[in-house]
Amino acid sequence: MKHDLILRVGVKLLLPFMLLFALYVQFHGDFGPGGGFQAGVIAAAMVILYAVIWGVPAARRVVPMGLVERMIPAGVLIYAGTGVMGLALGGNYLDYFVLLHDPAHGQEWGIFAVEAGVFVTVSGTMTAIFYTFAERER
Amino acid sequence: MTAHLPALQVVVPLVAALLCALLRRSALAWGLTLAASWATAAMAALLLLRVLAEGTISYHIGSWEPPWGIEYRIDVLNGLVLLLVAAVGAAIAPYARRSVAAEIAEEKQVWFYTMYLLCLTGLLGIVITGDAFNVFVFMEISSLATYVLIALGRDRRALLSAYQYLIMGTIGATFYVIGIGFLYTMTGTLNIADMAARIGEVQSTRTVLAGTAFLTVGICLKLALFPLHVWLPNAYAYAPSVATAFLAATATKVAIYLLIRIYFSIFGAAFAFEALPITEVFVVLSLAAILGASTVAAFQRNVKRMLAYSSVGQIGYITLGIGLASQLGLTGGIVHIVNHALMKGALFLAMGAVAYRIGSVRLDDMAGIGRRMPLTMASFVVAGLSLIGSPGTVGFVSKWYLALAALERGWWWLVAAILLGSVIALVYIGRVVEAAYFRAPAAAAATATEAPLSLLVPTWVLTAACVWFGIDTELTVGIAARAAAFLLGAGP
Repeated sequence: MKHDLILRVGVKLLLPFMLLFALYVQFHGDFGPGGGFQAGVIAAAMVILYAVIWGVPAARRVVPMGLVERMIPAGVLIYAGTGVMGLALGGNYLDYFVLLHDPAHGQEWGIFAVEAGVFVTVSGTMTAIFYTFAERER
Repeated sequence: MTAHLPALQVVVPLVAALLCALLRRSALAWGLTLAASWATAAMAALLLLRVLAEGTISYHIGSWEPPWGIEYRIDVLNGLVLLLVAAVGAAIAPYARRSVAAEIAEEKQVWFYTMYLLCLTGLLGIVITGDAFNVFVFMEISSLATYVLIALGRDRRALLSAYQYLIMGTIGATFYVIGIGFLYTMTGTLNIADMAARIGEVQSTRTVLAGTAFLTVGICLKLALFPLHVWLPNAYAYAPSVATAFLAATATKVAIYLLIRIYFSIFGAAFAFEALPITEVFVVLSLAAILGASTVAAFQRNVKRMLAYSSVGQIGYITLGIGLASQLGLTGGIVHIVNHALMKGALFLAMGAVAYRIGSVRLDDMAGIGRRMPLTMASFVVAGLSLIGSPGTVGFVSKWYLALAALERGWWWLVAAILLGSVIALVYIGRVVEAAYFRAPAAAAATATEAPLSLLVPTWVLTAACVWFGIDTELTVGIAARAAAFLLGAGP
């Protein structure tokens, strides 16, 4: 669909705002609806929209499969690593109370780190699923 | 750091799995698998020793007090199952390198190790956690990893078997979560210990009864109780050898553990076995498994499939012990969880070694293999004798306790059925022995040589354990008896 001028320009305008909205959903997760999962899906939708307009090979140049496949375990590693940080700082596993000087802040940052991990894994997984299905005929 | 062993028990294999997927080097992945499996086995041993010395361990994830937070709770029963799963994983890990290299394409080996470690994580998690919903999460982790492990088999039918198991396993897990949902609506808690304390006043309500039914059917699908076993033979027959040995030794055992936990720790023996007809249901289905599935095993031409049907039969012995619900019966059931894991692990590892050398485990191709691979087949014979239940092996110990439990009730016919099960096992193990030792060598077997040491040593470690624990029953029966007493409310 890359010969269609209206679509191309429209999508070009849309893409940065999609990423911005993903980040908004991610960071606003503490106060409103949202969080890592939803934000990850929106971010992956941006890649998918790009691939729909410019083709999967073009999308793979921007977001290579190697990166996507590494994002999946990396996000879980961020989650598990947050838990290990709790251990290293003298608490139990996944203990956020000890992460910062006062417990309430610790909880906030612990959840934030975990949600960041969820974001990385979910956006990676969604993109990987799309790539796999999109290239099935080849 | 020893205070955090319960968390590390699950976190170490999980992080190792993630590192495997991140680093993408198959040699490195195997090294990580080996290190993580041995570390988890050491941790499980330390935990069991601590439980035996000091009693139940409770660990609060995230420092949230139970019942609000997730609690890891280790007592005699799950301490034993934990050590079993971790020890079998540790024994199989050195075996994996050559066998996986021979059976799985180079670019997929990393994924095999990743899934193997995730499966180990899930199984250990189910066993260690004291939270009913956390069990479901770990069940999904281990099940999804298992489907991939089975689908990685060389045979094209592996994919179909994995899909079949995926459907059945998903139904099982769904039923489990529906059952837990029913119990949650009535008790308002997901912590197993807390649930046990609160269920007394509501346990005769229809909601709890329906929940019990869902839980029973869901978990019995996972543990492949006859007639819910249809997914198991194909899954075990076409999975890669390492995956078959690992799953046969651990996955169904963990499901059985879960069933015991729910019947005895949540409902209590008095409700589950006196108010409900669970004894009758389990004795009948177990007998059908022991006699029916074993008979089907005797007609198989693929030895891995034969051993898979035999697993369904052997699971019957364990559920029989649970159904009898007495001190002796439960001891026999729990000890057979360990014993069957040891012997089936050894048998499948021996078959993996045969598959490594001749590329097939069909009886016709294995003709005369006993002379070409004497050590591998000797291990098969010893573990096979144990499966039959000959004295001096672990199989005898568990059947002895089951027979005693049947006699305690005056059920002579049950003792006869247990013995008949052994005779059928003699038939199918005998068919393999006859083909391997007394027939003229087949084309594939004629040029085979003995399996390499890295395959032989793990096989013989498990085989030796079959004999060792058949003679020195202090560890296995001793702990199983303590666990049975604990579950029946008599012990500490």
